[in-house]
Amino acid sequence: MNPFLDISHIDMVFPTPKGEFTALKDVDLKIQKGEFVSLIGHSGCGKSTVLNVVAGLYQASTGGVVLNGKEVNEPGPERAVVFQNHSLLPWLTAYENVELAVNQVFGKSKSKAEKKAWIEHNLELVHMDHAMHKRPDEISGGMKQRVGIARALAMQPEVLLMDEPFGALDALTRAHMQDSLMEIQAELNNTVIMITHDVDEAVLLSDRIVMMTNGPAATVGEILEVNLERPRDRLTLAEDPEYTHLRSEVLKFLYEKQRKVEPISRKAKNKDKKNTEAA
Amino acid sequence: MTTTTSFIGKISDTGMLSANVKKIISDFTRWVVVPAIGVLVFMLLWSAAAQNIDTSLGKFPGPAAVWEQFGTLYDEHVTERQKAADFYERQEQRNAERVAKDPGYEPKIRAYTGKETFLDQIVTSLITVMSGFLLAVAIAVPLGIAVGLSKTLNAAVNPIVQIFKPVSPLAWLPLVTMVVSALYVSPDPMVAKSFLNSMITVTLCCLWPMVINTSVGVASIDSDLVNVSKVLRLPALTHVRKIVLPASIPMIFTGMRLSLGVAWMVLIAAEMLAQNPGLGKFVWDEFQNGSSDSLARIMAAVLVIGFIGFLLDRGMLQIQRFVSWDKSSADR
Repeated sequence: MNPFLDISHIDMVFPTPKGEFTALKDVDLKIQKGEFVSLIGHSGCGKSTVLNVVAGLYQASTGGVVLNGKEVNEPGPERAVVFQNHSLLPWLTAYENVELAVNQVFGKSKSKAEKKAWIEHNLELVHMDHAMHKRPDEISGGMKQRVGIARALAMQPEVLLMDEPFGALDALTRAHMQDSLMEIQAELNNTVIMITHDVDEAVLLSDRIVMMTNGPAATVGEILEVNLERPRDRLTLAEDPEYTHLRSEVLKFLYEKQRKVEPISRKAKNKDKKNTEAA
Repeated sequence: MTTTTSFIGKISDTGMLSANVKKIISDFTRWVVVPAIGVLVFMLLWSAAAQNIDTSLGKFPGPAAVWEQFGTLYDEHVTERQKAADFYERQEQRNAERVAKDPGYEPKIRAYTGKETFLDQIVTSLITVMSGFLLAVAIAVPLGIAVGLSKTLNAAVNPIVQIFKPVSPLAWLPLVTMVVSALYVSPDPMVAKSFLNSMITVTLCCLWPMVINTSVGVASIDSDLVNVSKVLRLPALTHVRKIVLPASIPMIFTGMRLSLGVAWMVLIAAEMLAQNPGLGKFVWDEFQNGSSDSLARIMAAVLVIGFIGFLLDRGMLQIQRFVSWDKSSADR
């Protein structure tokens, strides 16, 4: 059987003034329907680039992406993206932000009342029904990210792409959001690709963890199956030997095999590079 | 024990109270007393200086003389309106008499051709500046959006904008005058040629800052928001309406406020130069008139011009506050 989402031998080469820069080299990944896959790796390794290629925002230099038998060559709502910094339209309320997506995707297929119910349903799913008529600048960072997720879910995507969705949140809010996401996932069983650099987050949420090697010419290093039973609870898992083992596997990959040997001063530069890449 | 707590309570109460009072006093000082002192000092310096300047038209007017002229200008307006009303009444009477004598007579109605008063000139200038400004908005905002969205178009339009932006619109005035009189030929013109000349000059000076600010605003939209639009596959027009326009509203308004301020200054100069009706013509006429009151009347006009310019800017600011989602951008 063909995989649901086939990321097939992707190379990504960016032209720069100094010559060509190979960001990705032969990234190959097959994802089944309903699978939750995390991409983990050091910053600047090209995780975001992979996601952007799947989203259709970038075109791979060679290789390509096939989703459900169709080749991906432009962005579209069937591959909804949750961006790192929520990217809600600041002049619209939470409801209106979701509405924009719903009108675009279900403009003709749903009636007005159905659309309203669908928008409200999705906001309820992320526990934002109490503040749906607030604007982004009136709600907290975690709440904004919830609305961003509701907007993506409301598109009823075939695959949900999340680019470090909780990266900008504080630890407590992040844990809370992870629990919410697991809850939603238990209900909807979406196909998800999530970028993260949080080891616990990756182990807690994923069915598989894809660990990427350091760039340039980054590629898939190892893939770790996470067979922990669902529903997962962070407190009981904390003492689970399997969980601890998986966690240390990821840590070993990141800090032994793919250790970044760079002086501190270059780190800042690297961060900049990552930002421009994400942009 | 209870007495101590209530005592402490009282202290903190009065402390709060006096802090409040202090704030009110300091606000009052900052927003009322200090500006009032500033104006007062200016008035004193002005009158002192005016005493010592002798011109060929008499002493330079001090605040009192100017104040008196405000009254005179208003009286003149009332008198002129009364004259006009009387004129129409007489005309109607005459026509009625003619019709009574000869039922076949078609009464002719002639317009009153008195001279425009100071208030008329203010109204004319305001209408001119607003029309020219709105015409510029209608051209510059769509053009700016197109230029901001397309790098190619930007490269094509940029040199033209950069060359024309530093040109004083007054340099255009002779060209505009000649073109209007060549092209705008109609036996029964809807608006006067002089009005068109002033209006187009205003438009020309508003156009460039608005195009530049709009296009910069559009080009600097957060790329995440553009990506959202791409993921949603918003059609081009919806993209402009739902994402581009609201995102660049703050910059568009910055451009509008800049140009309206410049437009008002330029309009007065254009009216002086071209003898087109408006406040500028009033100033020039008074200067040419050269009576002993002329300088005071010009000074009155100067104050009114300044005050209207201030009101125009405040008005734009209020509209921006009302329209823009980013309330803080209006305070910058």
